[in-house]
Amino acid sequence: MIPVAKEVGSLRAIPSGGIVSPTGNPELPPEKEKEFRRQLILRALQTLQEEV
Amino acid sequence: MNNIRVVHYLNQFFAQIGGEDKGDVGPGVKEGPLGPGRALQQALGENGEVVATISCGDNYFAENLDEAIDALLRFAAEHKPDLLMAGPAFESGRYGVACGAICHAAQQKLSIAAVAGMDEDNVGADLYRKTIYIVNSGVTIARMVPTIQRMAALGLKLAQNRPIGKPEEEGYLRRGIKRNEFAAKPPAERAVDMLLAKLHGDEFHSEIAPPQFAGSKPAAALRELSSAVIALVTDGGLVPEGNPDNIEPGRPTRFTTIPITGVDSLQADKYDAVHSGYDTAIANRDPNRLVPLDTMRELEREGVIGKLHEFVHSTGGAHAAVENATAIGKDIAQRLKAAGVTGVILTST
Repeated sequence: MIPVAKEVGSLRAIPSGGIVSPTGNPELPPEKEKEFRRQLILRALQTLQEEV
Repeated sequence: MNNIRVVHYLNQFFAQIGGEDKGDVGPGVKEGPLGPGRALQQALGENGEVVATISCGDNYFAENLDEAIDALLRFAAEHKPDLLMAGPAFESGRYGVACGAICHAAQQKLSIAAVAGMDEDNVGADLYRKTIYIVNSGVTIARMVPTIQRMAALGLKLAQNRPIGKPEEEGYLRRGIKRNEFAAKPPAERAVDMLLAKLHGDEFHSEIAPPQFAGSKPAAALRELSSAVIALVTDGGLVPEGNPDNIEPGRPTRFTTIPITGVDSLQADKYDAVHSGYDTAIANRDPNRLVPLDTMRELEREGVIGKLHEFVHSTGGAHAAVENATAIGKDIAQRLKAAGVTGVILTST
């Protein structure tokens, strides 16, 4: 969805876990999925700290 | 056919009252055409008559909108017009807005046809292109005569209830209106024709007007994450169980505001995803996959972020019209700003 986000003018965008589970990954066992989510959010927070 | 009676609106400059120094002059009226009105009379020929010119200073109009419109419409009504023409205003913003406002008011309150002229980038065009006909004048006054001619032709058609052609044929700005029409060839053939033309480097015209996205200024980077107030927003259609605000699963016109004070994680039996654009089963089994509340609470407890904002804003973003999506986004952004939120994570499906 990154090209779509850019097309509509989003300035800070990172790839998510997928269309049906942006902050998850149902393929992973629960604990691994939580860790995946945490890493994704940390990356999002890092992106908020970067100048555009 | 009877002569169409036309009243023409001009600002103080074109009504030959004066320049910027006369911007405070209030509403006025004169019999017959004035300034550009003479070209208008010529363009109307025997089909119409400029019976009066109404005018107002741009500053007066901007600062006394209701009074100006009331007075100008009163002046216009005394001349029993069939049609109101305004401008052209070219790229002059205050004049453009005044032309749009007076045309809109004439349509609403006098129930007569109205046409304005201005550049497509004039702020008045953004405000009024959907409710009135605006002929694109371009930015330069050198285009006065051709613009007036198009305005006159379009105005006469409107006043005589004749069919109006497409924007590119008549020279007016797109109003966002779709009409059904019969095509000579089925869509598959038209698409192949278009593709062949493209491959040959020939000219072709798409039948779909691409939506226009306004750019936005990037927000400054967050300096201190540990004192930041972070909000969660989603276009993935998160709702409390039962969708109490009744947000639409697609073609959204509104959003829902979900309080999350004291909520540590989004439980599957308390929240739903309502969205016609993706399979919501996976998010419904664990809504934190859509809105990462559990993780944000963790990071809040650990002091990685200062605070998680106490509301989640959510809409079902499938097939969203750009105008509606923009309005929803602006509304959410204003609320977040007012609440002191410093950063947003928006999860999109």
